[in-house]
Amino acid sequence: MRELAERVASELGGESGESPGFAWVRVPPEKMLEAARMIREAGLEHVKAVTAIDRPEEGEIEVVYHASSYEPGRRGVLALRTSVPRDDPRLPSLVGVWPSAEYMEREQWEMLGVVFEGHPRLERLLLPEDFEGVHPLRKDYEVRTA
Amino acid sequence: MSEAEERTIELLIGPQHPASGHMRLVARVDGDVVVELRPDIGYVHRTVEKLAEVKTYLQVVPLVERPALADTANHNLGYVLAVERLLGVEAPPRAQYLRTVLAEISRIHSHLYGLGILGIMLGSSTAFMWCFNDREPLIDLAQELTGARLTYSYMIPGGVRRDLPPGFAERAEKVFRYLERRLKDYERLYFRNPVVRARTEGVGVLTREDAVRLGVVGPNLRASGVAYDVREADPYEAYPDLDFHVVTREEGDCAARMWVRVDEIRESMRLVREALSKIPDGPILHERFSKAIPPKWREWMEEKRRVKIPAAMVSLRIPPGEALSRVEAARGELTFYLVSDGSPNPYRMRMVTPSFRNVVLFRHLIRDCRVADIPAIYGSLDYFPPEADR
Repeated sequence: MRELAERVASELGGESGESPGFAWVRVPPEKMLEAARMIREAGLEHVKAVTAIDRPEEGEIEVVYHASSYEPGRRGVLALRTSVPRDDPRLPSLVGVWPSAEYMEREQWEMLGVVFEGHPRLERLLLPEDFEGVHPLRKDYEVRTA
Repeated sequence: MSEAEERTIELLIGPQHPASGHMRLVARVDGDVVVELRPDIGYVHRTVEKLAEVKTYLQVVPLVERPALADTANHNLGYVLAVERLLGVEAPPRAQYLRTVLAEISRIHSHLYGLGILGIMLGSSTAFMWCFNDREPLIDLAQELTGARLTYSYMIPGGVRRDLPPGFAERAEKVFRYLERRLKDYERLYFRNPVVRARTEGVGVLTREDAVRLGVVGPNLRASGVAYDVREADPYEAYPDLDFHVVTREEGDCAARMWVRVDEIRESMRLVREALSKIPDGPILHERFSKAIPPKWREWMEEKRRVKIPAAMVSLRIPPGEALSRVEAARGELTFYLVSDGSPNPYRMRMVTPSFRNVVLFRHLIRDCRVADIPAIYGSLDYFPPEADR
């Protein structure tokens, strides 16, 4: 997986690295679709998680796709990651490349306000229909605890 | 409005607990043929990921167990593994074996739960009663090991809370012999019942290609001929030492999904037996934590064969970083992605449960079928709304 991460990084102008449990590659948001296609073509046919992480101090939201395969020989995990501005977080939806990302992108849109452009159905999923206010997984959403 | 649209009506099922928890199914039907179906989820969303950001690492242990009440051990394990990867520690071998034993007991329990739900959805209240009743001996076993019936919180960073009680292997053997006898009864009354076969064979077929494309997990994936099981693909805890076989079926229908669970119960019993027969001696908590326990408590621990949770674990801080863990929970692959910023609370905890991965199957499988097939397909998926909603 590390090798694939490095190849994507060098071809698309990003950086790569390793964390416990997965290798990763970081590319600019406008390269995400191309990077996803490369990873998909290398045989990583599904995503295990789509995660958005709010980083208010950097003014960014990071979005991470953990991709992998069910086929023996490529069952490691490769994370494709990027960062988008917090005040206008947009990036192309990767559902066309990875149909398994559909519900997870929709959830991250709902919880952090990241707009996945081209997603077939960015609608409420887990929150109540009449929910209003800050996206709850943003850091400025306050949790009231007893 | 076209003629085809005029012919169809919208059928709302739920959200008042149609089966295994609150969710709603929005179906469009033409006569009794389902044209399309949309799952409407979120009714049991408990904000687990957000709550984790205001809890300490240890407090998150009971939190992640709650969404999957029949399979708490595997959720406990997935989370604890992610924490350990962030810390760069591994539980001692004996603790890894004990975790594996509980994880497999939990799997049997969860599969019986799922088979019971499938039974009642097919209209067999006897199958439901039998399966639910036969969970009890497994819950008793788990209670003996952990002190709790369902929410064990048995696995903690670096180890487990209690050692094996004396005579546990013998009692487990008795439970398994009982269950083996019962599975034969089940076959006659339930699995090979002509009505059950008619309702499940050839119904709700998921092809291998679609299962892979949609990222389906667990028995639902393996019933479509894909031999992917995290216990084999990325082995953790005691699994590398055990003789483990991935259970698959080729048909991809409701019956195949049922049979994978049945065969996995047998496989899990084998795994527990093997693990108990070769469990190594030794400590049940990593040195990093046990050395922080005062000598007086260490004596108590030796005597009681239990762990006194040290203050260093209660106020655990983890250096900034990130880690991913995946385990094969009863309903499929469970993924934790944990991000630390060095504070006492996780900065971000991503928890992708097997039921959430599988929710897409409602829309994919329940179409061009009869309304009466809805419960059969739903039941065969072993979908658990609280686990999906988190």
